[in-house]
Amino acid sequence: METVYLDHISATPLHPEVKRVIIDHISHSFGNPVSQHRVGDAALEALEGAREEVARLINANPEEVVFTSGGTESINHAIKGVALARAKKGNHIITSNIEHNAVLKSLRMLERMGYRVTSVPVDEFGLVDPDGVKKAITDETILVSIMHANNEIGTIEPIAEIGRITRERNIPFHCDAVVSAGVVPVDVEEMGIDLLSIAANQFYGPSGVGALYIRPKTEIWPLLDGGMQEGSRRGGTHNMAGIVGMGKAAELARKEMPQRMEHLLQLKKAFIDGLGLIEDVLLNGHPTQSLPNLASISVSYVEGESMVLLLDEEGICVSTRSACASGSLRASHVLLSIGRDYAEAQGTLLFSFGMTNTLGEVERALETLKEVVATLRNISPLYRKEG
Amino acid sequence: MYSETVMDHFKSPRNVGKIEDADGIGEVGNPVCGDMMTITLKVKDDRIEDIKFETFGCGAAIAVSSMVTEMAKGKTLEGALKITNKSVVEELEGLPKNKLHCSNLGADALHQAIMDYYERKEGRTKPKKRQREKVEPLEHREGRCYCPYCDVELAEEAPTCTFCGKPTEHRHA
Repeated sequence: METVYLDHISATPLHPEVKRVIIDHISHSFGNPVSQHRVGDAALEALEGAREEVARLINANPEEVVFTSGGTESINHAIKGVALARAKKGNHIITSNIEHNAVLKSLRMLERMGYRVTSVPVDEFGLVDPDGVKKAITDETILVSIMHANNEIGTIEPIAEIGRITRERNIPFHCDAVVSAGVVPVDVEEMGIDLLSIAANQFYGPSGVGALYIRPKTEIWPLLDGGMQEGSRRGGTHNMAGIVGMGKAAELARKEMPQRMEHLLQLKKAFIDGLGLIEDVLLNGHPTQSLPNLASISVSYVEGESMVLLLDEEGICVSTRSACASGSLRASHVLLSIGRDYAEAQGTLLFSFGMTNTLGEVERALETLKEVVATLRNISPLYRKEG
Repeated sequence: MYSETVMDHFKSPRNVGKIEDADGIGEVGNPVCGDMMTITLKVKDDRIEDIKFETFGCGAAIAVSSMVTEMAKGKTLEGALKITNKSVVEELEGLPKNKLHCSNLGADALHQAIMDYYERKEGRTKPKKRQREKVEPLEHREGRCYCPYCDVELAEEAPTCTFCGKPTEHRHA
């Protein structure tokens, strides 16, 4: 049985070109870019080349890019680093109701330390109202953190509008672009972003490497204190294999983005059109302002995990929610925020497409989904009562 | 993550359905915690002649339902009342820790269905209400309380978990 992988929001496979540069790097180079000799210099060259590519992907300057261990570290660094550095200026932080756990839990930690957090609500599509952010700003506000695209429903937020507001008020603006960078255009200048978190494994790069963009003059402390690496903004020996892989992945994502987006949108459209075959299925997120690679659906009367397991039996790999939350049994805060009830939230599946997926695979996924839903509805006490 | 027995019962659940003229009905859970279970049974000569279930829930919840109906079928009511959530898990060769209680409502639904049967047959002596299974203390981490069953953060004074509805005990270490 052929595996149909439709969980690119959890991880993407390595692009063959990325794999090649990683193997090439680890075969020929082991040096520490900080060393002051030729072996170190070779590593330094690879490091700076990768940094340039990551910077170009988000329209930044290379020196504004700090390599990290991934999206979670970047987010923790941005939020805790700014909150600590600006503690004397205020203690208030603004975020939204549908952020990733890395944001929510970083903020929860800060709340325990005495910071205050305002979480702005979203509408039924998961959109943050920029005016809501504006109204939440006080003289004490030291940071605004809003995600670019949501990892459970795919909605793309009006980041540029929020960026204009934070710029006007001179408040640092962090944007979690972990699931969007490398998939859709991200431009830190156009979007008025001061801190941007990204991860390589969302755009066919390796896992365990990411980056934090930091606009010059942003007040921020390191999260990891240590050596002079990354301009003393992030101590610790570089994950060189990961970083060169991320550089190549960023270059490819930038160059291939229009073709990739067109292909993904075609798959997503075919999937959504085909959903009409199954009754009582809701599409989550904004109908147009959303990621081209993600379709989030809530299937009435059945539960998500049982669908994932039965789909997997047929070779179809999908997830119920963001990979980071999959150990949790609690209904998704994102889905409850957009007005889904508990049963609908529990019956949610994420289909996320990749550049190697085909229309035939989407068709097979839909047919299998239809069977799985019918099987589970037959067992469900909710189906007969309501249906 | 699931044992072979769990996957077997999940993929090929036994006794699915609803007995229309049931002698006893047990319903437990709610969609908030993600699991709902309904058990219907037919009783003849104090013996469970037929039993069926319907479940909305994860793989574990469906496997638990299937297993509990298998265990109860043909047993006397007294015998069926000896089935516990724990013994169902043992028959299933274990469940992941985070599913151990939230999705493990099978015996609860079974006992409720038997009690319902007794209540319908007025005049019959009801057996002693079964003892409640051991209540786990709340988990304390970083000065906060978490439900031991589903790991949801709880207020200190909550007598039951606001998400999975299981009773919890507040004991400070």
